[in-house]
Amino acid sequence: MTEKQHKISFYRTEMLPPKPPPPATTGVLGWMRENLFSNWWNTILTFIGLYIIWLIVSNFVQFAILDAVWEGKDRNACLPKNGVEVGACWAFVRARFNQFMFGFYPVAEQWRVNLTYLVGIILLIPMLIPSVPWKRLNGILLLVAFPIFAYLMLYGAPSLNLPIVETTRWGGLLLTLVIAITGIVTSLPLGVLLALGRQSKMPVVRLVSIIFIEFWRGVPLITVLFMSSVMLPLFLPEGVTLDKVVRPLVGVALFSAAYMAEVVRGGLQAIPKGQYEGAMALGLTYWQMMRLVILPQALKMVIPGIVNTFIGLFKDTSLVSIIGLMDLLGIVQSALADAKWSTPTTAPTAYLFLALTYWFFCFGMSRYSIFMENYLHTGHKR
Amino acid sequence: MKRTLLSIALGAAVSVAAVTAASAGTLQDVKAKGFVQCGVSQGLPGFSNPDDKGNWTGIDVDLCRAVAAAIFGDANKVKFTPLSAKERFTALQSGEIDLLSRNTTWTATRDTALGLNFAGVNYYDGQGFMVRKSLGVTSAMQLNGAAICTNTGTTTELNVADFFRSHKMQYEVVAFEKADEVVKAYDEGRCDVYTTDRSGLAAQRLKLKNPDEHIVLPEIISKEPLGPVVRQGDDQWFDLVKWTLFAMVNAEELGVTSKNVDEMKKSNNPAIKRLRGVEGNFGENLGVSNAWAYNIIKQVGNYGESYDRNVGPKTPLGLARGLNALWNKGGIMYAPPIR
Repeated sequence: MTEKQHKISFYRTEMLPPKPPPPATTGVLGWMRENLFSNWWNTILTFIGLYIIWLIVSNFVQFAILDAVWEGKDRNACLPKNGVEVGACWAFVRARFNQFMFGFYPVAEQWRVNLTYLVGIILLIPMLIPSVPWKRLNGILLLVAFPIFAYLMLYGAPSLNLPIVETTRWGGLLLTLVIAITGIVTSLPLGVLLALGRQSKMPVVRLVSIIFIEFWRGVPLITVLFMSSVMLPLFLPEGVTLDKVVRPLVGVALFSAAYMAEVVRGGLQAIPKGQYEGAMALGLTYWQMMRLVILPQALKMVIPGIVNTFIGLFKDTSLVSIIGLMDLLGIVQSALADAKWSTPTTAPTAYLFLALTYWFFCFGMSRYSIFMENYLHTGHKR
Repeated sequence: MKRTLLSIALGAAVSVAAVTAASAGTLQDVKAKGFVQCGVSQGLPGFSNPDDKGNWTGIDVDLCRAVAAAIFGDANKVKFTPLSAKERFTALQSGEIDLLSRNTTWTATRDTALGLNFAGVNYYDGQGFMVRKSLGVTSAMQLNGAAICTNTGTTTELNVADFFRSHKMQYEVVAFEKADEVVKAYDEGRCDVYTTDRSGLAAQRLKLKNPDEHIVLPEIISKEPLGPVVRQGDDQWFDLVKWTLFAMVNAEELGVTSKNVDEMKKSNNPAIKRLRGVEGNFGENLGVSNAWAYNIIKQVGNYGESYDRNVGPKTPLGLARGLNALWNKGGIMYAPPIR
């Protein structure tokens, strides 16, 4: 009996091999089932979403690629064909590409701009990659030597056999980058100093910092630009004219420094008091404490805010086109005035080109900031 | 408050302008630095816009080049400063530019209170209306109840209001900030009428899907004489710019063009002789060489050539001469004689 029972009862002596999960729960299909079609309501939403995406993407592809005109010498290429409107007029952007990049910079001298870009990129890339050594030397080259080099190359120096190219001839992406990079490079250190000044125990320093920050934060950038281009020339003594590009350059830099100062102050306030006291207890001086203990922690925390300010600054440079500077936006708009090219699709194409260019730079900055946050996440990542 | 600030600013502007003018003659300054600094628009079809190669072209630009040709005998000795509408007068008052040639309407306020002088008119513009042919409208008087597309905050809007009110007609304004938006809205049928300056209508028309389906109505509802501007109080410079324009108009009237100006040397017509600088010393009286008008015509051309090249019927803009024809050809373009 017992033996028989033994035979009936059944137990395994070895484990079953693991079976693959049901096909409907894995892979692309499973992911879609779980995230897109988990119930009838989500399924409907998914289809509505897909439809909207389809509408946008198909129209975009139709306009920007399928129906686009790639070659042509003037507006005739981009005019409606047999009553059917053509797509993007890339022929226009191609014809004007050099102007969009360099403005009125003489063609024979454009190698100087390219060389400046090249040197800037060569210096910038090792600076951005944390594992590359010689950061200090690299930093000095990038922040001290490079600006001098760039000035000599872009503006020119007759003694070095580089003919002078007045800033009025600068334009397009070149001018946008000059304004944005100058603004970015000067606003960060200035902003840190202002933030420290605002927290200082010395009343004069604190007051000056507060007045500076609140003044620049209190006026719109457009006002600053108008003041610098319309009022300033009237106040300057006769015969003294401040360069037309330098005016907004200074305005943009000071403006963004004020914003930067508030971002950095946010970081400083987030540092617990113990950190300050600990540093002081170690006998560090004020600057040592800031440089070695407080700022590394504070700046790390506000990277998103700093990059946000940079991106805002980059896009704000397009405002200089309203004071007659031919930055990327300005030069594109003035090119649109050319009757030789005016067609129904020229303006949309030009603005699409603009949007893609700005997006390329802003997205690049944004991705780098995410990389930097992850790299420096030690101890704070949640 | 705004008024006070404005008048203070204008006062400052005027006083600075006076100081600048009193200190040295613009002509001497220009000769010393070797080029004319000319303020132009940031881009207005046919008036001043950069071409594919980055050279400035347009009827306003030609005037700048003509002034350079008169002074230096070289039409390329000119530098252009693109200016927005708001900063153009400051740039002139502060001495940043020597000459403003930027489709600027000659008005009493600008000529008097701003401390500026208008050195003539190089284009007579005026506000017009464009409608679809399918509407069957042939006159602006039939526009009662129309929806009108226009730019915001410009005199264009005020002119429309004046016109419709004085003719006791109803209308509805559909206003946008940028010209591109206005033309898009008009093309999509959001309004029946598109109004702006007639030169602007011609330029914006090119952006329509089907330009042939639209017509410009004959009525012109405002006077927009556009001309070069200089600082007040520098008569020598003022005279030079004024006579540069007159020389171009006179050359057209006398049939002297950039092509035949060399042959015209042999001409027995005393007026042409004076224009060519063979007789008299009109150039010296202006403070430049006697070949000034020759240089202008040779290098830039006469007024008609400049018009045809930039805005005339053969260009995409295709503007008929109209008011801008010579006085003896049905227009009002008239220049005092050189004698």
